[in-house]
Amino acid sequence: MENTYNYKVVRQFAVMTVVWGVVGMLVGVIIAAQLMWPELNLAPWLSYGRLRPLHTNAVIFAFGGCALFATSYYVVQRTSHARLFCDRLAAFTFWGWQAVIVLAAVTLPLGITSGKEYAELEWPIDILIALVWVAYAVVFFGTLYKRKTRHIYVANWFFGAFILTVAILHIVNSAAVPATLFKSYSAYAGAQDAMVQWWYGHNAVGFFLTAGFLGMMYYFIPKQAGRPIYSYRLSVVHFWALIFTYMWAGPHHLHYTALPEWAQSLGMVFSLILLAPSWGGMINGIMTLSGAWHKLREDPILKFLIVSLSFYGMSTFEGPMMSIKTVNSLSHYTDWTIGHVHSGALGWVGLISMGSLYYLIPRLFGRTEMHSVRAINLHFWIATVGIVLYIAAMWIAGVMQGLMWRAVGEDGTLTYTFVESVKATYPFYAVRLLGGLLYLTGMLVMAWNVFMTAMSSKPAEAAIPAPAHA
Amino acid sequence: MSQFTSGFWDLYISIITVVSIIACAVFLSSQSRKKVTADKGSTTGHTWDEDLAEYNNPLPGWWRWLFYITIAFGLTYLVLYPGLGSWRGTLGWSQVSQLEDELAKAELQYGPLYERFSKVPVPELAKNPEALAMGQKLFLNTCAQCHASDGGGSRGFPNLTDQDWLYGGTPEAIEASIANGRNGVMPPWGPALGEEGVKNVAAYVVTLSGGASDSIRASKGREIFQTTCAACHGPDGHGNQALGAPNLSDKIWLHGGGEQAIADTVARGRASQMPAHKGLLSPAKIHLLAAYVYSLSRK
Repeated sequence: MENTYNYKVVRQFAVMTVVWGVVGMLVGVIIAAQLMWPELNLAPWLSYGRLRPLHTNAVIFAFGGCALFATSYYVVQRTSHARLFCDRLAAFTFWGWQAVIVLAAVTLPLGITSGKEYAELEWPIDILIALVWVAYAVVFFGTLYKRKTRHIYVANWFFGAFILTVAILHIVNSAAVPATLFKSYSAYAGAQDAMVQWWYGHNAVGFFLTAGFLGMMYYFIPKQAGRPIYSYRLSVVHFWALIFTYMWAGPHHLHYTALPEWAQSLGMVFSLILLAPSWGGMINGIMTLSGAWHKLREDPILKFLIVSLSFYGMSTFEGPMMSIKTVNSLSHYTDWTIGHVHSGALGWVGLISMGSLYYLIPRLFGRTEMHSVRAINLHFWIATVGIVLYIAAMWIAGVMQGLMWRAVGEDGTLTYTFVESVKATYPFYAVRLLGGLLYLTGMLVMAWNVFMTAMSSKPAEAAIPAPAHA
Repeated sequence: MSQFTSGFWDLYISIITVVSIIACAVFLSSQSRKKVTADKGSTTGHTWDEDLAEYNNPLPGWWRWLFYITIAFGLTYLVLYPGLGSWRGTLGWSQVSQLEDELAKAELQYGPLYERFSKVPVPELAKNPEALAMGQKLFLNTCAQCHASDGGGSRGFPNLTDQDWLYGGTPEAIEASIANGRNGVMPPWGPALGEEGVKNVAAYVVTLSGGASDSIRASKGREIFQTTCAACHGPDGHGNQALGAPNLSDKIWLHGGGEQAIADTVARGRASQMPAHKGLLSPAKIHLLAAYVYSLSRK
């Protein structure tokens, strides 16, 4: 056992990433359709208000979470030249995490929620999450401790920061006083509750959706490109700057609210300082391909990985801009925010995960390629067109809404009522729905490809090679 | 007002903030000065997982400058604007002062447009197309959310286009409703009357507007009505505008007619609230709105 890698748990998480991806994106398409046709709110448990948190939880924590578990377990083993620490604990993280997802899928449609965005699950599930997460940390850092290489590979810095920080964020933000088995009240009140919530919320983006996936990027891009990372120095600087600065950015979600102004200003200032550290990762990833650009033409996996970085660069530029108070006063509460989130979620998180899985899955089944490389290419193009339609529609809709809400007539009254801005958004809801449908279609192509790959081969084990001593 | 419970926290957060930002700059500059020892094109010498390696290219210059510029911007911003503890910033800006400035500017620009109508009596204004057009815009953005864009109301939210007024339809009463708001409270009678009592009262109330119901129940209900409900709704159920007690004999039902809905109202009570708009809207705007609402039932 100790001379092979633990591929089993990686395989389990990788397959479930695809399954939950399909589910989460399907729910996304359903709620996009509900915005278009409100008649589709067929029953309370199928209503938009309950399905929306189900969608966000499913894509972030089920799809994204499983992708992070799968890749971090794979990468930490391969770059430490050591089998995963404690197989049984690793198995617990898999089954525990799946239990959390299933519980979320049951409780959220039933309307059982703590009402905190991206942290809606009630306290018994929160406790299970905390247990799974601590086990995750033990497995991950236990493996790093066992490593046969002297240096810790850069991808593991990012995975490690993501695991530690998410543990702190989750535990602090979920602190609550239980009233019944299904109901609890936040430990914080008023503006402080809002601040804790968005400290959590923004760092969930920063550490779950950014640092974790940068870990993925730092392994799968150099591997797939067959090239060394562009700059070790850059990775040191942008890693420390990123994890330090992100922590401060949360208050930009609360501009022009009851949150004290000094906190709002710090949120904005640090969001702007965050721009360069965020871009450091993009530069390091894209420049790794320098000298091998031709590979981008032929290799659909590299297309996924590199295009995901361009969406990463776009949304990490857009984010700091939107955190500027003057911009925020236009963009906040509009669909621009939805567009921004999805350029990050579909473009960066989605594409980097899919690219990484296309690299990973064949290897977990003892092959070098997926069942169909043409299907990977097809997936790439469908997904990319879907993203572009989605985010362009939401950008235009958001700016339009912001301008309509503030338009004032000759007599100082608002030119448009709120409902007129909703009506004007309908065409964009339609385009967004189409974009989402395309993205889901791509995911279904991937699910088929993964199924065919798994069916035509057997789960593989891999021996641990001796580390290179250079 | 300071948001800090003591001067210590003020200083604490200010120092941490400034040190943190400067530390970013120091870190960046120390790392960019480090000599890149490896020759161009050779790696750091570490290898993982058979072929993973790293070049050690220097930090891109444009990227370093981007980083420095955001740091400089941040420090400048914290001098100009409130951000360091209770430091108010040299520009004296605050979100509240921004709001007040914008409101004052708007009042200066638009105030006179409304002021010229403020002395005109409501019934006269209600015939002035220009005033009504302005009143309608105010109505659509302020009132339509509950009372509907045509003023037709919906369940629980009064119809403003009929002749039935809970608190009176005179110009003064309408203006008072808008300015000060109203609290419509029907107490819950279920605990006091019991299930049978509630059913009986409901049966009687139905007959007030000419509806049919069980006559035995209705006659029992009539007695309860006279002792319990008449105080507000009047002995004949015509209501009382001074209290906002609805007329029960006009077939207009705010919370639904029919025996079941009425029994529900009797048993559980109702709490309706019209929010006060004094302070949100200038007196002149409230006057104009009153004229628009007045006109709705007089077409």
